[in-house]
Amino acid sequence: MNFSLPRATLIAEADLVGIAGERAVCDRRGVLYFPDLRLLAVSDLHLEKGSSFARRGALIPPYDTGATLLRLQAVIADYQPRIVVSLGDSFHDGGGAERMHQSFREQLEAMMAGRDWFWVAGNHDPEAPADLPGETVRELAIGSLLFRHEPSKQRVEGEISGHLHPCARIVQRGRSVRRRCFAGDGGRMIMPAFGAYTGSLNVLDRAYAGLFQLETLVAYMLGAERIFAISGSMLRPG
Amino acid sequence: MTEQPRLAEQNAAVLLPEPFVKWFGEKGWAPRAHQLELLAKAQSGQSVLLIAPTGAGKTLAGFLPSLTELANRPRRKPGQARRGIHTLYISPLKALAVDIERNLGKPVEEIGLPVTIETRTGDTPSHKRQRQKLAPPDILLTTPEQLALLIASNDARRFFEDLRYVVLDELHSLVTSKRGHLLALGLARLRAFVPDLQTIGLSATVAEPDELRRWLVSQASPGDMSELIVVTGGAKPEISILDSEERVPWAGHSARYATPEIYREIKRHKTTLLFVNTRSQAELLFQELWRVNEDTLPIALHHGSLDVAQRRRVEKAMGENALRAIVATSTLDLGIDWGDVDLVVHVGAPKGASRLAQRIGRANHRMDEPSKAILIPANRFEVLECRAALDANYLGAQDTPPLVNGGLDVLAQHVLGCACGAPFHPDALFDEVRTAAPYASLDRPTFDRVIDFVATGGYALRNYERYARIRQTKEGLWRISNPAVAQQYRLNVGTIIEVPALNVRYVQAGSRGAASRGGRVLGKIEEAFLETLTHGDTFMFAGKILRFEGIRENECFVSNAPGSDAKVPYYGGGKFPLSTYLAEQVRAMLDDPRRWKKLPEQVADWLRFQADKSILPKRDDLLIETFPRGNRYYMVAYPFEGRLAHQTLGMLLTRRLDRAGAKPVGFVATDYALAIWSLADMGWMFKNRKPSLATLFDQDMLGDDLEAWFADSWLLKRTFRNCALISGLIEKRHPGKEKSGRQVTVSTDLIYDVLRSHEPDHILLQATRTDAATGLLDVGRLAEMLSRIRGRIMHKNLEQISPLAVPIMLEIGKMPVNGEADETLLMDAATLVEEAMGPEMTD
Repeated sequence: MNFSLPRATLIAEADLVGIAGERAVCDRRGVLYFPDLRLLAVSDLHLEKGSSFARRGALIPPYDTGATLLRLQAVIADYQPRIVVSLGDSFHDGGGAERMHQSFREQLEAMMAGRDWFWVAGNHDPEAPADLPGETVRELAIGSLLFRHEPSKQRVEGEISGHLHPCARIVQRGRSVRRRCFAGDGGRMIMPAFGAYTGSLNVLDRAYAGLFQLETLVAYMLGAERIFAISGSMLRPG
Repeated sequence: MTEQPRLAEQNAAVLLPEPFVKWFGEKGWAPRAHQLELLAKAQSGQSVLLIAPTGAGKTLAGFLPSLTELANRPRRKPGQARRGIHTLYISPLKALAVDIERNLGKPVEEIGLPVTIETRTGDTPSHKRQRQKLAPPDILLTTPEQLALLIASNDARRFFEDLRYVVLDELHSLVTSKRGHLLALGLARLRAFVPDLQTIGLSATVAEPDELRRWLVSQASPGDMSELIVVTGGAKPEISILDSEERVPWAGHSARYATPEIYREIKRHKTTLLFVNTRSQAELLFQELWRVNEDTLPIALHHGSLDVAQRRRVEKAMGENALRAIVATSTLDLGIDWGDVDLVVHVGAPKGASRLAQRIGRANHRMDEPSKAILIPANRFEVLECRAALDANYLGAQDTPPLVNGGLDVLAQHVLGCACGAPFHPDALFDEVRTAAPYASLDRPTFDRVIDFVATGGYALRNYERYARIRQTKEGLWRISNPAVAQQYRLNVGTIIEVPALNVRYVQAGSRGAASRGGRVLGKIEEAFLETLTHGDTFMFAGKILRFEGIRENECFVSNAPGSDAKVPYYGGGKFPLSTYLAEQVRAMLDDPRRWKKLPEQVADWLRFQADKSILPKRDDLLIETFPRGNRYYMVAYPFEGRLAHQTLGMLLTRRLDRAGAKPVGFVATDYALAIWSLADMGWMFKNRKPSLATLFDQDMLGDDLEAWFADSWLLKRTFRNCALISGLIEKRHPGKEKSGRQVTVSTDLIYDVLRSHEPDHILLQATRTDAATGLLDVGRLAEMLSRIRGRIMHKNLEQISPLAVPIMLEIGKMPVNGEADETLLMDAATLVEEAMGPEMTD
């Protein structure tokens, strides 16, 4: 196999999966990297969620944007992608980009420099983020892949989406473990939310009904050191 | 301290208004000495702490100053302004307030006093609350949360301007929690409104009465104390330990072996109250008793997770003496009057001498008759503990926990509450807060940080100025930014954080809840437990064996599964750690073979066997045994410091052993001992001082190791969640929508991670660490133990397991080693999948 990966060690902590014939690295940090396209996909950053809450009186720590950007910076530095696709809900609300602290804006712009950057419109941020470079699109087709925020109701081979914030739960020896996960069945893939303050929803929830072929569903649960691929039959609701 | 009865009689005429004297006479009663003494002190303007056993007429004593004063008060003339609240009564339980309304209403009516009494609790309808604001009763019976709400209303000062007395019931139980901190701050506020306010505290016996005496009065002059009246005596309870004909088990908590003997005692008595320590024990005992209940005696179950209506039915039946036995957890601990209980059975060890005394006080609610109680140890260590508790009860020893400093999260809530009431000046509020005993040593910089937190979150990154909840005016007063802040505050007041729990509802077997929703609700169960169940699992709840059918939204569906065995045994609920005092007593007993004579023969034999095979620890020593077993090496330590301290010790020792190359694999902690197992021979390592036990148990483990472990412990996340909710960082409820427990849990965990990595010294993290150190981790107790055992560690390297080690070795595998091994479980699951399906989807 001959992937143009910048660092060979990355393969060890990531799992290679196939989506509609395209090969991708499921990174345990919650991003998807397509080595052949040099494309990095990240979903549901929900930047400025903290200040969005603060506006309504819940003064939760204003460090979520910084924390999210720092992690994003790290994966971008590792993969050096040519293309970055932010799969929607990049900002928690329409005013998010405007509220963002100047230092964070600069940090983000530095990351964007020298690569193609796509903001896929999400339900939280349907408009282009204020005063930021990059191209805002409703959806994006590249090769056999289709990037959009919400998974479509009818099956689309090669669809990469976010929106649902999937997590999975297993029970082993009387104990329950819940983790964010990539959810895929070989045909489509739903990405975990990347933002520091984003919650998650079990892949067995009704919201996912009809999206996957259950026999081939695999939850790629995010571990501290690696990804754990767990087959759908082992998953628990709740 | 208590006056002679005859003197008291003479006093009665002087102190009591005539109608009271007459009423006592008609009843054929005489006022008790302590009742008159309290009245005299109150009349001379003092605040008083009354410590008395149950059945001593505490309630009447507490209200006599108010009632006599109200009796002498001239009637209100038409057109004269309405008078405010005269007396505020605060109890930890809603039910207690309701109970008092009934008990107090009777003498008030019989004496013919022009006194109005009303309750105000979470259950009081809003129209009644409105009315109470306009036409306050003379005596208002309420809870700490309701007081906080009253204080946060903008007419608070006027509402309380006529207040004379605050009566605090069950003070010993109120002061030990964050509710107590909130109440202390509320009391300080009331004293600011009404400087000559008097307090009357009613309490069961406590170890340090002076702490409560300071709590009751302003600490403007540090150390000031209320007056104290102690009623001793009451007949000495008759307590025995069940000397079972059956074998007492090595480990476990069910005491199932003793069921027939317990049933025999129930048959012999009129009404038996059976206390257990956890809800799962209650469920189990209830099942077991019904299994042998050939005479179908009315035996009921009562614990905090059951549906309220169900609990009320049991309480009512009890009051009417319609029950022969009630299996209960701590929900019945407090001083509510129940029927004629003539026997208390305590199943499992009591964990503290004071707790035992209070529970036994339930039997025969008259002071002059001896209470009768039987202790049922569930395992051999509990036999020792019961014996120790029994000796302590006879000696009158008290081991209530010492009071801790007030929580900063509670202070934050109070500060916002004050601002909701009226704009405040920080200097004045700081002085006021420090008059509350739990906050007497609060420093100004910390107080200012709390205000900053309330205003904008108190972050170093000053991003939220424009979203401030409170703002300072030009005059330096802090006021709320907009009325929505007050509305939010009112929805979230209080310090009681509910564990995420789901309703348990009956459905038809096999329906998975999809078709029928109609069945009745049995109560609530913690979400964490339900998460471990799969469809078809059976478990015990509400005295029934139930089959888990599924979860739908916020409800758990179950069906009846009579006759099957409950497959899943564990079900949480309150657990108390062994008190320091009892721990010391148990160690003393082990060290003194003469005291073994009082123990059942089989238990004494066990100790003799231990002395023979290994060694028994001296009273102040720490015994450590090492031995191989299977393909593992074991180390068992016997600190007797309680489960929490042992758990913390286990976490820290495992880290150290790991560094020393012992390859520890796991550990398990009980109230009595701690066992760690490893791949390397720890016995050999200790013998060759690689490391020595003295180094391993050095106190410095409470430094860096503790910090490092703290950093990513799930315990801290749970504590942080509580602090975040209490301090108002996260809302329990938001106008118009209720958050589910899960959503709150997830987001506070995420917030914790972010805050810890970006601002580790934030005031809320500071509050979290303090809480965890005192509560969940028992670090203080661990520190005391480590300093006590310095130079006193006895190591016994054995060829095989010792008799004393059997109980804890039996716990291995039964108790989940919590939280830290999630990755291993995921690994297991992933490996299983790989085995079953091949290295699927990996290229």
